Order: sequence, then structure tokens, then C-alpha cells
Amino acid sequence: MTANLISLLVLLPIGLTAVLAITGQRLPGLSRGLDVAGVTLLLVVSAGLLIAGAGNTPQVIELGNWAAPFGIVWVFDRLSGLMLLLTATVALLALIYAVRRDEDTAGPHFHALFQAQLFGLNGAFLTGDLFNLFVFFEVLLLASYGLLLHGSGRRRTRAGFHYVVINLIGSTLFLFAVGALYGTVGSLNLADISLKLPAVAPDAVPLVTTAIFLLFTVFLIKGAAFPLYLWLPGAYAHASIPVAALFAIMTKVGLYSVLRVDSVMLSGNTLGGLVETTSLIAPWLLWLGLITLLLAAFGVVSAGFLRRQVAYLIIASVGTILIALGLITGSSREAAISGALFYWIHTTILSAGFFLLAGLLLRHRPDAGDGIESAPPMPQAVLVGSLFFAYAIAMAGLPPLTGFFGKVMILAAALDSPMIAPIFAVILISGLIMIIALARAGSRLFFQTQAAPAQQPTHSMPADQKQALPGLNTAIVPLVLAAAMVVVAQPLTTWLETTASQITASKGYLEAVMPNGVLDPATAPGKSGMEGDH
Amino acid sequence: MTNIAISLLIGVLTGAGVYLALRAQTFPVVLGLTLMSYGVNLFLFTMGRLQTAAPAVIGATEHSTDPLPQALVLTAIVIAFAMTAFVIVLALKARAALGNDHVDGTHIPPPEQAPDHHEEPRA
Repeated sequence: MTANLISLLVLLPIGLTAVLAITGQRLPGLSRGLDVAGVTLLLVVSAGLLIAGAGNTPQVIELGNWAAPFGIVWVFDRLSGLMLLLTATVALLALIYAVRRDEDTAGPHFHALFQAQLFGLNGAFLTGDLFNLFVFFEVLLLASYGLLLHGSGRRRTRAGFHYVVINLIGSTLFLFAVGALYGTVGSLNLADISLKLPAVAPDAVPLVTTAIFLLFTVFLIKGAAFPLYLWLPGAYAHASIPVAALFAIMTKVGLYSVLRVDSVMLSGNTLGGLVETTSLIAPWLLWLGLITLLLAAFGVVSAGFLRRQVAYLIIASVGTILIALGLITGSSREAAISGALFYWIHTTILSAGFFLLAGLLLRHRPDAGDGIESAPPMPQAVLVGSLFFAYAIAMAGLPPLTGFFGKVMILAAALDSPMIAPIFAVILISGLIMIIALARAGSRLFFQTQAAPAQQPTHSMPADQKQALPGLNTAIVPLVLAAAMVVVAQPLTTWLETTASQITASKGYLEAVMPNGVLDPATAPGKSGMEGDH
Repeated sequence: MTNIAISLLIGVLTGAGVYLALRAQTFPVVLGLTLMSYGVNLFLFTMGRLQTAAPAVIGATEHSTDPLPQALVLTAIVIAFAMTAFVIVLALKARAALGNDHVDGTHIPPPEQAPDHHEEPRA
């Protein structure tokens, strides 16, 4: 039953994609209903699975009932479950915004692409096989190309071309890495590779190391880390608003892959008994995270309009999470991962909400849109301004909201790291820079207003000042969720700590996927067995 | 001997692909991506080791080759084919929308001047 529900999380979106591709243009109302119902069902199922404790021990689904190294496996543990729940939450917010504001009718097949995107995301979060991960990456990327270009426009086309090219190069690198790993280690199953790494022949060690570095380069392209984040601000800032909100989860796919592959394959492992892999990647993550965070803070200052600013805030959150994932010294790793996960939930939900808020400014602010410049006041400026203020303090990491708690947890985990000085300096200074930039943006957007044009009352009703902003609720809900996260911070943190210890103790994952350990080559079917027969 | 030839071929394809992908016009970039995908497909294929007279069927002959890289390369070819088709359409769309084939879409002519622009701006 549990296995069926987990499979449903992947099979439902692809099934709906097929249906919506047919109904999309002919029956727009039905398509909307199907899409919303599908995403709601995903949300309910993933939340239900987590609440029922399905991921407490990793659940393995063997496709076609082929045992682990031969068939592809999907693994549902707490980390996967959390990612699936986050995906469904963000997707539902983005979708409701799109429907309320008719953004889905700006081009063909929005709903089919949306479900295809969810299919790729959910598959990537579940799979335990590197080549299957590549295929799901391609699925989610191809859907994201379509969604990014949804609605057309010059700047969107240009940003879309950059996004497509960098991701195609990333896919090529991914294939090189997968091929080199298969050629040397002889497996594509994450758990199987992990068990086989200590037995790699000494002369193959440099090749395997290269493949591992290539693999993480690809993940960091998707995750938008320095120096490979330059595609993100353009692509996210020029995408249509619900798509940009959904893309808040896309960088997290890269980060999830970093965390998953690092914890299962590298943590506590060796390469042919020669190279300790625990500290192979982590120091790089730490340094790249520091540089990413600092540069993203400058990006937040330099952004000329709010959507671009939010895009840089997403890069800043990537930097912060990478710093936490790079902390491997001693017992602080679990604390760092649980802090990173708390920050992860916070930043995914809130940056999606911030994009939706920027969308309201873009559509309703006279003359300037979401440009950070003075303009006549927008309708319901007090409410929207208050929301902006709440988002700003949450994203910059000021006390009452979640960003603060996430950063405190990460900083607390960094206390016994030898890198404590640069970590504290970068996180605190970049936080300050972002506060200044957001304060400046907020005052330009909401305080330095010009007088409304004189001719306005002649062709618009005075009641316009109280006009409803469709989709406003979708910008409020993320803040409510963030406030709820603060209220239940204690049980949530306990849950995340258990999750972090499940991630760091990769033995549980390995035993679930490969209960019998590595197959003995002498008894395994294949070449060596054949030669024995002859 | 074949080993060296195949390695050189992978290297040349990938190197030419990287060079073209760094060009400033969309068409060479698309061509470069295609060459890179050829290079990586060949690389994936050789990961099953180069063998002659060894079908991917156990028991048919004395030696059998590993079928998995062949399955992988088939998947990769299909995906690369679809991606190439997509990126060509996108490049054409960008050429139409931006008025030139520069990857950054620079030299966007102002809308009112666009029709009577005599020399096409080159990147």
C-alpha cells in the first residue's frame, strides 16, 4: 500500500500530463480543475506519507521487481518525503496564482508542462540510481524550458536560450560523469557504487575522482552555486510569475542531489583504500557557499527590479545551504544538516511567495511595475507593503521569522569548525547587506510615491483604490506557513534532527537498498561466470 | 590502435564542441552542443570496453559484451536528439524575436527603426 502511494507520486503527474496535453486547448476549465486536483492530491499523499512515518526507515521500490543492482530502485526516506512535500506545496501556490490571474492562458499547454515538471521533480527526489537521476533531470529540464518560455517575449526568449544552453552543457557533463563511473566502478546504483568504491583498482582512482567532481559540478550548475549561477537571475527574473515561483524548488534539486550523493556515496567511504572521500567534496562546498552568498548579497543590492532581487535572494539561500552542507567536522554534521533543512524549507516556500508578491506589484503598480523606483501608489499599498516588509525580514534573516532561526542553527553548528571566522563574517555581513538593499527597495517601492496622475479619476472609479488583487492570498499563505514554522519550531527541529541522523547514518540506506551487500563476482551472472562454464 | 583512434575521436568531437559552444552566434552554439553530445555518446559506448565479435548476449559466443552502456547510449541519443530539435527551434525564435542571432541578443533595434535598418548588425 505504502509502495503504491509512493509510486503514485510519480505516476500521477505523468498520467495527468498525457491527459492535459489532450484537454489543454479544448477544455481549459477541465484542465485547470484536473491540474489543481492533481497537485492537491500530491500534497495530501506526500504529507500523509510523512505523517504516517513511511520514511522512518527507507522504503525501497524495485521497478519491475528486479533486485537492487540490476533494476532501478526508488527510495523514499524522510529527506525524499520532505522534498516531495515541499514540491507539492510550492506547486499548489504557483498553480493557484496562475489560475486566479489567468497566467495559464498566456500560451498553450501550461498545465501539461506543469505536471511534466512535477513528474521530473518527484522522480529526481525519489530515484536511487544515477542514470535514472539523469533521465529525470532531463524530464524536469525539458518541462522547465517550456514553462520558462511560456507566454513569450523578447527578454524571456533571450534568458531562456541561456538557460537551455547551460543546462544542455550540464547534461553532457552529467553523461561523462555517469559513463566514467560506470566504466570504472561498474554500477549506477548509488548504494551499490557506495559499497564498491573501497574496492576500486588503484590505477582507476584518479578517473573515479574526476568523475565524482564532474558529477558535483553538474549538481552545482542546477543548484546555482558560484561560478555557475549566472544563468539564474536572468532566467528567473524574466519567467512568468507562477513559473518563477515554481522554480524556487528547482535549485533545491541540485542541492538535494549534492546532499544525497555526498551522504550515501562519499561520507565515511574510501576510494580504493587510498583516498578518504568524506572530505573530498565538502570543503569545496563550504568555500563555494561562502563566495556564492557574498556575491548574491551584492546582486541583491544591484538588482533594478524586485523579481531580479528575489532571484538573487534565492542564490543567497543556495550559498547558505552549501555552507551548512560543507560543515563536516565531527558531531556538528548532523546539527548542520538539520539547520540546513530548516533553512531549506523556509527559503523554498518564502522565495516562491516573494515571487508571487513581486507579480502583484508588476501587474498593479502604475507605470513602474516591480521596478525599484518611485511611482504612483498602487492599490492596497498598505497591505502589500506590510507583506513586503514581512518577506524582507524573513528572507534577510531578522528575528521574528524563520530565516533567523535557520541561520542561528547553521551558525551554532559552525561553532567548532576551524572555518568559524569566515563563516560568521560572511553570513552576518551578507545578511546586513541584504537588509540594507531590501530596506532601500521597500522605501522606493512603497514610501517614495509620486502623486497619482491627475487624469486618473476621470476614467477609473475611486473605488479602484480598494480594488481586489486576485492571487493576493497566495502571497499571504507562505508567510502564514513561515509563522507556523516558528510556532512549531521545537517539534519540527526534533523531526529534522532525526532526519539528519538518518541522512548521516548512510548504513540504513545501504542496507535497505542492498540487503545482501555487494554480489560476489564469482557467483554473479555475467562474463566471469560465463568463463567459468567454458 | 583502435583505442587511440577512438579516444582521439572523442577528444576532437568534444573539443570542437566546446570551441563552437563558446561562439557568439546561436548557430555555432547549437552545432557545438550537438558535437559535444556526439562525443559523450561515443564515450558512453566505450565504457563497455572495445570488443570485437562479442554480441551483448550471454552464451551466444565465447565472449559477451556489457549490454548496459548500449542501453545508456540509446537513451542518451534520444534525449540529445530531442534537445537539439528544441534548441534549434528556440534559436530560430530568438532570431525572430531579437532581430539578430547573437547569443546575448545585443543590438536590439528600437522598434520604430527596425523596418528600415539597412545593414544587419553583426556581433
